[in-house]
Amino acid sequence: MSTKIHDWSTDVVLAMKARNIATVCTVPDGGLTQLLKMIEAEHSMRLVTLSIEQEGIGIATGCWLAGGRAMIAMQSSGVGNCINALGLPLAYRAPCLMLVTMRGQWGEFNPWQVPMGQATRPSLEAIGVKCFAVDKAEDVGETFAAAADLAFNSRVSAAVLVGQRIIGAKGFGQE
Amino acid sequence: MNTASNKIARRSFMAALLAHRGNSLIVTGLGSPTWDCFAAGDSPEYLYSWGGMGLAVPTALGVALAQPRRRVVCVTGDGEILMGIGSLGVVADQASANLAILVLDNESFGETGRQRGLTAGRADIAAVAQGFGIARTMTVTEQSAAGELAELLFEAPGPVLAVAKIAITEDPWALPEKDGAAIAHRFRTALAS
Repeated sequence: MSTKIHDWSTDVVLAMKARNIATVCTVPDGGLTQLLKMIEAEHSMRLVTLSIEQEGIGIATGCWLAGGRAMIAMQSSGVGNCINALGLPLAYRAPCLMLVTMRGQWGEFNPWQVPMGQATRPSLEAIGVKCFAVDKAEDVGETFAAAADLAFNSRVSAAVLVGQRIIGAKGFGQE
Repeated sequence: MNTASNKIARRSFMAALLAHRGNSLIVTGLGSPTWDCFAAGDSPEYLYSWGGMGLAVPTALGVALAQPRRRVVCVTGDGEILMGIGSLGVVADQASANLAILVLDNESFGETGRQRGLTAGRADIAAVAQGFGIARTMTVTEQSAAGELAELLFEAPGPVLAVAKIAITEDPWALPEKDGAAIAHRFRTALAS
């Protein structure tokens, strides 16, 4: 499993570099561990730790309005904290790029993750975010690159939903 | 209710402050802070918002990160900033030297009927900012403090936060462009030139 996580994280970082996406705003998730480590280690990139995911929507929007490129990396539960905030980039017709690691989906152990996990895609689509779900580690990089190009070139909000099948369900020793 | 200490007239106060703006970029929170800045004299270097409550500080932080050589001043209200109060922790953590925040605090939800806000009670936004690690804060209650406040907002090393205790007033409508794409295009074009 760790090999798979490493693979897609590297692909995402390479796609980010190729597109000058230099800022990643995050409330961390276990599935993002490798990616966040890599971004912290990149001198050309900035990791912005948030208190709540909606802040990332504002930061990424402000960054683009001032000529930069940023994205938000978060767990699916964090999407619920972003819905009203997504009205900001949508109203400015600014790009908003999100990388979401899914919970409450593939073999979930924790029932508290299921409601928002199942509501993630419908909620994003209801507010107008284009969603790209990925279930194979080798497809994440390419999907992320396509979502990033759609977002920044066509000025829309786009989310890559990295399936729990890729991340693996954790069991807290009770699986 | 607005307390006796809230006596600053927002429109003339903001006009006095913005006279010291120089080439600072202004990011406004929704509602009256947006109207106040527009009323004081429109500029392509003002980024207005009509929504996104709780996102004024994060938006200003994003602008500040992308424009490290420009001063960025976020002008917002007490209710707006409280909805995204954790963003002060993000600002402190990023140690944004070019970012200043001004809270126009009338202790009420002005746009929706002047209902009582949390700062009418015990909440002190400057103290919260200190707790998050924004070391330099100021609370002003007098109109005459505009000069001193301008120095903090436009010159002092950031991040800084100021609270201005403003009166509840009936001001004439002053509404800027509300099409977000037009606001965004104008701001981006001004920064690119």
